[in-house]
Amino acid sequence: MSGEVHLSAARAQTLGPRGAARERSSPAAARVWAFGATALKMLGLAVFAFLLFGPLANLALWSVAERWYAPFKLPVSYGMRYWEVVFRPTGDAMSSLMTSIGIACLTVLVALAVSIPAGYALARLRLPWRTALMILFLLPQAFPSVAIYINVARVFYGFGLTGTITGVVLVHAAHGLVYSVWIAAAAFAAVDRDLELAARNIGASPLRTFFTVTLPLAAPGIMASAIFVFLESLDEFTGTFFVGVPQVTTLPLLLYNASMGGNYQIASITALILLVPSVAFMFVIERFLKADVLSKVGQ
Amino acid sequence: MDGSVSAAIEVDHLQVSYGSQRVLHGVSLSVAPGEFVAILGSSGCGKTTLLRTIAGFQKASGGAIRLFGRDVVNTPPEKRGMAMMFQSYALWPHMTVLGNVGYGLRLRGVPKEEVRARVAAVLKMLNLSGLEDRKVTALSGGQRQRVALGRALAIEPPILLLDEPLSNLDAKVRLQLRSEIKTLQSRLGFTAIHVTHDREEAMTMADRIVVMDAGRIAQVGTPKEVYDHPNSPFVASFMGAENTLALDVRPSGAGVEVRADDGSAALYGGSVPVGAVTAYFRDDIASLDDPDARIDGSIVLPGKITQRTYPGGHYRYVVAIGSRHFTVTDSRYHELDRPVGLRLPLADLHLFPNAQNTGGHHA
Repeated sequence: MSGEVHLSAARAQTLGPRGAARERSSPAAARVWAFGATALKMLGLAVFAFLLFGPLANLALWSVAERWYAPFKLPVSYGMRYWEVVFRPTGDAMSSLMTSIGIACLTVLVALAVSIPAGYALARLRLPWRTALMILFLLPQAFPSVAIYINVARVFYGFGLTGTITGVVLVHAAHGLVYSVWIAAAAFAAVDRDLELAARNIGASPLRTFFTVTLPLAAPGIMASAIFVFLESLDEFTGTFFVGVPQVTTLPLLLYNASMGGNYQIASITALILLVPSVAFMFVIERFLKADVLSKVGQ
Repeated sequence: MDGSVSAAIEVDHLQVSYGSQRVLHGVSLSVAPGEFVAILGSSGCGKTTLLRTIAGFQKASGGAIRLFGRDVVNTPPEKRGMAMMFQSYALWPHMTVLGNVGYGLRLRGVPKEEVRARVAAVLKMLNLSGLEDRKVTALSGGQRQRVALGRALAIEPPILLLDEPLSNLDAKVRLQLRSEIKTLQSRLGFTAIHVTHDREEAMTMADRIVVMDAGRIAQVGTPKEVYDHPNSPFVASFMGAENTLALDVRPSGAGVEVRADDGSAALYGGSVPVGAVTAYFRDDIASLDDPDARIDGSIVLPGKITQRTYPGGHYRYVVAIGSRHFTVTDSRYHELDRPVGLRLPLADLHLFPNAQNTGGHHA
């Protein structure tokens, strides 16, 4: 509002006497405009906040609702009973949380084992099929995932990988590689070549240079890619559903089962648990992924 | 003494290409142990490529590089036993000063305590004592460049390569580091190749200057030789003789008669190329005289003063001769628009025949 007022004052000055006179003729109109603009901004923010926090508030409400049925707008009775159910040591929720985290960690290891060498090669070596290779890692994301995972499940069944942690980890890793390889390639490309040459120059072998100079300098970007892969794995549903069920139950599968069974309390609590690492890691990623790395993604 | 064996660095018909584009066209250069050589040239002349090829960062497509008689063309950089100072400093931002300077020593398996002691000695030499545990990102430009020098010198390399290491520093720090590097070089006795586009830097630091032009060596010599006796118009103008004047030289009696376009002429006894020539000269050799003076050994061009400034100590005049303008300094005060003579001593002009651009004579 005050911005609008300043603006019209400044314009009055630059316009000179004649323009100033015309501006001065309608100060009331200017005030109405400024108020209208402010109201519009407030409304926009409110809609945005509702879209963002509305579902979260609904989840929070459901997680503490012991009884809630139509036609009531709010729960009939509140309580922490379902939280106890979820966090009971013998419950499904805790064991599937452990499964989820274990799978996510293994997925990160597999993805890094591929993305560190692949990212370095893509960033530093003059590979003839560079673009094609980059796109290859994008492919799992490019097609409808259900179609892909049905085939993957079929192939994995032949290898005896369906229903195993290994199978789920492989599916998650293939899915996460696009982030980890592309970000790792960008992180390595952002390391100034002269820094490596300076090490080679005073006697370091290529391997030693990689581990003492290149890798530490690319580490923040690689760390960020690892977090992306971790979060992707934690959230992944389709692949786990086709490859892991019924032996492997991750948190998203539990959430699916709970909501299919009409148990909205368990589903809400599971969703809230899944939200924690996502939000926490997003703050970390924001610190790690610097502009110089981001500018090199996909190059 | 056999030159090819005793030379610290022997570059023999070195050719380098980037893709299909040839950057170095057969460069040959020999640097004696303990010598300080400056490679001087404008950007894109191939001087940095030459240095990086010697360091092993760039593959040669032909020719040889011998270090103390050992051919290193196919040796990776880490086995060439030299150190380089980079234009960008290339310090490792994730390490402390100690980590950077001591890196080469740690590679060589020097025990931790000794690394610390030797780094301390290097830092003391560079006036950086006590900064061991500082992050290099927390240092000033001059300090960073000193750390870069320390990192290179810590491994006591027989050869030091300098890739425009001073170009990112401000003028005062640059002068200081220039003399520090020079002092260290004469004290430690390493062989140095210094790439620069700064003429004064090359002149003050080097024992010998190599002027490069478009991937070839244009001239090699001591700073005085290259400055006073450039062998081509390119070297002459690169060394600051940027004014040109068309002259006609005819044999006359025992010497020659040198005549300018406007008719002013002078007799000269020195040996100069005969025929149509172009004279290259620096501003500071010109002086003011009477417009109709005739002085043997100097050509006097009549002109007019168009501008006068006083930068301090002497006046600086702009003299118009025809449509050309020359800058002259003179200690006396002259009125504007006054007819004057621009006196050019023939001995200080670099004369090159117009027909061909190489093999010029010095007047």
